[in-house]
Amino acid sequence: MTASIPLSAQLINLFAAVILLLAFAMLAQRRMHSLVNLFALQGLALCLATLVAAVSTGQVHLYFSAGLTLLLKVLALPWILYRLVRQLNIKGDVEALINIPTIMLVGIGLVMVAFNVALPISELSHTITRGTLGIALAVVMLAFLMMITRQKAISQVVGFLSMENGLFLAATSATYGMPMVVELGIALDVLVGMIILGVFFFQIRDQFDSLDIRHMEKLKDS
Amino acid sequence: MISISGFLGQAFAILLALFLAPLLSGWVGQCRAWFQSRTAPPLLLPYYMLQKLFNKDVVLAHNASSLFRAAPFVIFGCMVLACAIVPTLSTDLPFAPAADALALVGVFGLARIFIALAGMDIGTAFGSLGGRREMLVGFLAEPALLMVFFTLAMIAQSTSLATIVETLAHRELVIYPSLAFAGVAFTFVSLAENARVPVDNPATHLELTMIHEAMILEYTGRHLALIEWAASLKLYAYSCLGLALFFPWGIAPGDDIVALIAAIPLLVFKLAIGGFLLAAIETVNAKMRIFRAPEFLGTAFMLAVLGLLVRLLLEVRT
Amino acid sequence: MDFFILMLSIPLVSGALLTIVGERDWAPNLNVIASLGTFLAAVGLTGEIVANGPRFAVGEQFFIDSLNVFFVALTAFVGLTTSIFSGPYMRIERDRGRLTKPRLRLYKSMYQLFMFTMLAALTTNNLGILWVAMEAATLTTVLLVSLYRSPASLEAAWKYFILCGVGIAQALFGTVLLYFAAERVLGAAGNALLWTHLVDVKSQLEPTIMALSFIFLLVGYGTKVGLAPLHNWLPDAHAEGPTPVSAVLSGLLLNVALYAILRCKVLADGALPEGYAGNLMIGFGLFTLLLAAFFLSRQKDVKRMFAYSSIEHMGLITFAFGMGGPIANFAGLLHMTMHSLTKSAIFFAVGHATQKTETQLMEHIRGLMKINPLIGWGLMLGTLAILGMPPFGVFASEFMILTHAMKHFPWTTPILLLALGVAFASIFSKVQPMVFGETEAKRLPHAPAITPVFLHLGIVLMLGLYIPPYLTRWFHEAARMLG
Repeated sequence: MTASIPLSAQLINLFAAVILLLAFAMLAQRRMHSLVNLFALQGLALCLATLVAAVSTGQVHLYFSAGLTLLLKVLALPWILYRLVRQLNIKGDVEALINIPTIMLVGIGLVMVAFNVALPISELSHTITRGTLGIALAVVMLAFLMMITRQKAISQVVGFLSMENGLFLAATSATYGMPMVVELGIALDVLVGMIILGVFFFQIRDQFDSLDIRHMEKLKDS
Repeated sequence: MISISGFLGQAFAILLALFLAPLLSGWVGQCRAWFQSRTAPPLLLPYYMLQKLFNKDVVLAHNASSLFRAAPFVIFGCMVLACAIVPTLSTDLPFAPAADALALVGVFGLARIFIALAGMDIGTAFGSLGGRREMLVGFLAEPALLMVFFTLAMIAQSTSLATIVETLAHRELVIYPSLAFAGVAFTFVSLAENARVPVDNPATHLELTMIHEAMILEYTGRHLALIEWAASLKLYAYSCLGLALFFPWGIAPGDDIVALIAAIPLLVFKLAIGGFLLAAIETVNAKMRIFRAPEFLGTAFMLAVLGLLVRLLLEVRT
Repeated sequence: MDFFILMLSIPLVSGALLTIVGERDWAPNLNVIASLGTFLAAVGLTGEIVANGPRFAVGEQFFIDSLNVFFVALTAFVGLTTSIFSGPYMRIERDRGRLTKPRLRLYKSMYQLFMFTMLAALTTNNLGILWVAMEAATLTTVLLVSLYRSPASLEAAWKYFILCGVGIAQALFGTVLLYFAAERVLGAAGNALLWTHLVDVKSQLEPTIMALSFIFLLVGYGTKVGLAPLHNWLPDAHAEGPTPVSAVLSGLLLNVALYAILRCKVLADGALPEGYAGNLMIGFGLFTLLLAAFFLSRQKDVKRMFAYSSIEHMGLITFAFGMGGPIANFAGLLHMTMHSLTKSAIFFAVGHATQKTETQLMEHIRGLMKINPLIGWGLMLGTLAILGMPPFGVFASEFMILTHAMKHFPWTTPILLLALGVAFASIFSKVQPMVFGETEAKRLPHAPAITPVFLHLGIVLMLGLYIPPYLTRWFHEAARMLG
């Protein structure tokens, strides 16, 4: 049964499971600082998963991909986020719209949906990491849930970036990564987007005196 | 197929549990003191406590019913039974066919009901408060514990604890992500069930926060001794269960005397590390408000369910 | 010099240049000149494609055929006219103190970069690059929408970023799945995401994966098209950004996103059973159309209203492409062209009107005829055109879509008629008093940049009366490619 799975696949499965776990932890996290920490950890798990895939398959561009993840998701983006949290003087507090256990239950429901959707596809995959596609989809959905249920602009952005993590996991697990040029382009977009958002935060705070997006519900169809 | 050696092994395991359990409690207390830079109490403090309490007279409230008097014995019996079911040294346990993982949860549940009833029996405010809280925690912890067992049962294709441990101990090295989820969930449940820090604090008698202590405030003498001993046994049972399920190496497979004897120091060693980690967890975390306990245990439940799902998706290959 | 390279490098270089030199007196002119250069290069490229057929560029990474060259020409043209319009418009905004010099610099450089990303998205052969370019287009327009830095514009930009970010993440997942399907046939080489390679093997792509992939791509890029229920960003972004930005958003960005869906639909059609992708698009299209039509009547802000009108038309176009077949595709392409030209013309007119009256609330805009007849007529004619009045081209395309729907999907006819009717009633009843109502206001003190309005409307009118044969051929060619 399970014994036929090679060690590398087991490791990737493990990291994928860790990424899923971290996605849940982020969903439940109340403090902004810890949220960024969890995001960095998730990036690290993704990086390690990619690295294991790279070692086991010997595909050179996966090494690049892992390096890119390390630079961007583990170092650069968390650093930017830390700076933002510090400069904007965000204090950690409760900010979820729905209480957290409910969110968790919804999250479990989403994971089930994601697993079911991904099951027929994983069975078609011939890569060693096929099972993780469902996890990747689940991470994307959980990040989506986080963006819906959070009120602070920064946590929405962390949700967005976590979604990106899920997508990279999907790319790694299903196909051993996208072509290099595409991955570079995606990374560039994410970085530039993050910088723009950083600028945005300051503008939002200047205008609304808060990063709470509840203030930003004026535009409605009257 | 109850063999003599199996029976002996079983008896030995129970005796060992009775002996080691207070030691474990003492060890955890000592580690906590070290972590908090306090002068550590003696390692054998729980034994002195038990001896002192056994020698004291029992003082009963006027309105105490027979249930109040019977409860300590029931609870103690339940915990001894639990320690007998959990494979600590060997998986060759005569009791094992009679009671599987689900029965174990039931045994713990029985003890919980009795302690809660006993707490309410006298009719003091604290007793009822503690009893109610205990039931709240139990009501949330039990499903999580069951889900953990289901995940493991799926791996071993059996709900018998002995079989589960045997399967896990004698597999080739395969990484089960589901086990990691289950392990974390189990840790959460253990902390809550043993009245440990994020949920309860065994060392405090602060009115508003206590759960376990609130229920046993009215107990004295040998009753209290039995309850304290039972609490130690519960911690021991949970620790051994955790070790057996998630770090099963070294548990003797059958009626092999040598392996059985070799398993003892290993068990003590593992328990020492486990107790040390428990103390570390208790020191690092702050006690949470009782209203957050559902969230804590909800997380445990969620992790256990995730473990189950991950097991289904990643590991089952037909 | 290669027209293609020229077309892509002009906006990129001028965008950088405009950033470096900053806001000078001649910067608006540079913006127009760059747009003109891009347009000329696009015209040259179009001529080349019409004469020589499809071609590759930069290895196989870019691919220009009759389908996308048509969008390229349209994009470059609207880009040019919008840059002409935005010169005087932005000058007035600056004189009023709504915009500072650094913001104007940002505007111009982002405008050029936006053009670059759109053209790159249109011409790329690599579906991954397509995604990257679409995301880059989002980023540049986020900055453009938030240009005023007012609370409302920041809110709009934030919503835009988050919603489109989420949407485009779905599209990336779709792309990953597509690559996954392609890799099984084409191998893991870098060309497994090249559309020209994919289209050759489209019938071998795994249907299970393609079905899921197309759903994700449709929802993802559909967010950018403004398909309901993920359309919420669109009215806000249109209403709160500067008017030239509203014009290019409606006129161009929505088209490019729809183009991305069309490219994917071609692949999905090859792999999946007949009608799967089409039915999805029909469903989304009808829902969007109906929803937008009913929201139209509730609008008070003129730019919001026309933004909803854009959503409505996007729904109609998606519906048309969903029906498929040469006639519906032809009608869809024609309608896209007509909508781009008309809607940007309307936004130009609306921009002048709101600048004069200093409000976007329709109840405060009255008597444009007295303020400036040119603006008044521009808005009135534009509105009539977008509502599908006969002499204009929108009528022709809407008529084709309707008749084709009646023939092949008769059950949709009442929905279409209802939505178009409601839209007509709501828009017309609101625009009529704006143009002909009584007003105390004086005439507009400055001459508006009205040429683009009538240029667009003139083309729309001409195409309504007479479509030149080469254009018909070209549309037919593109429609045939879509299957």
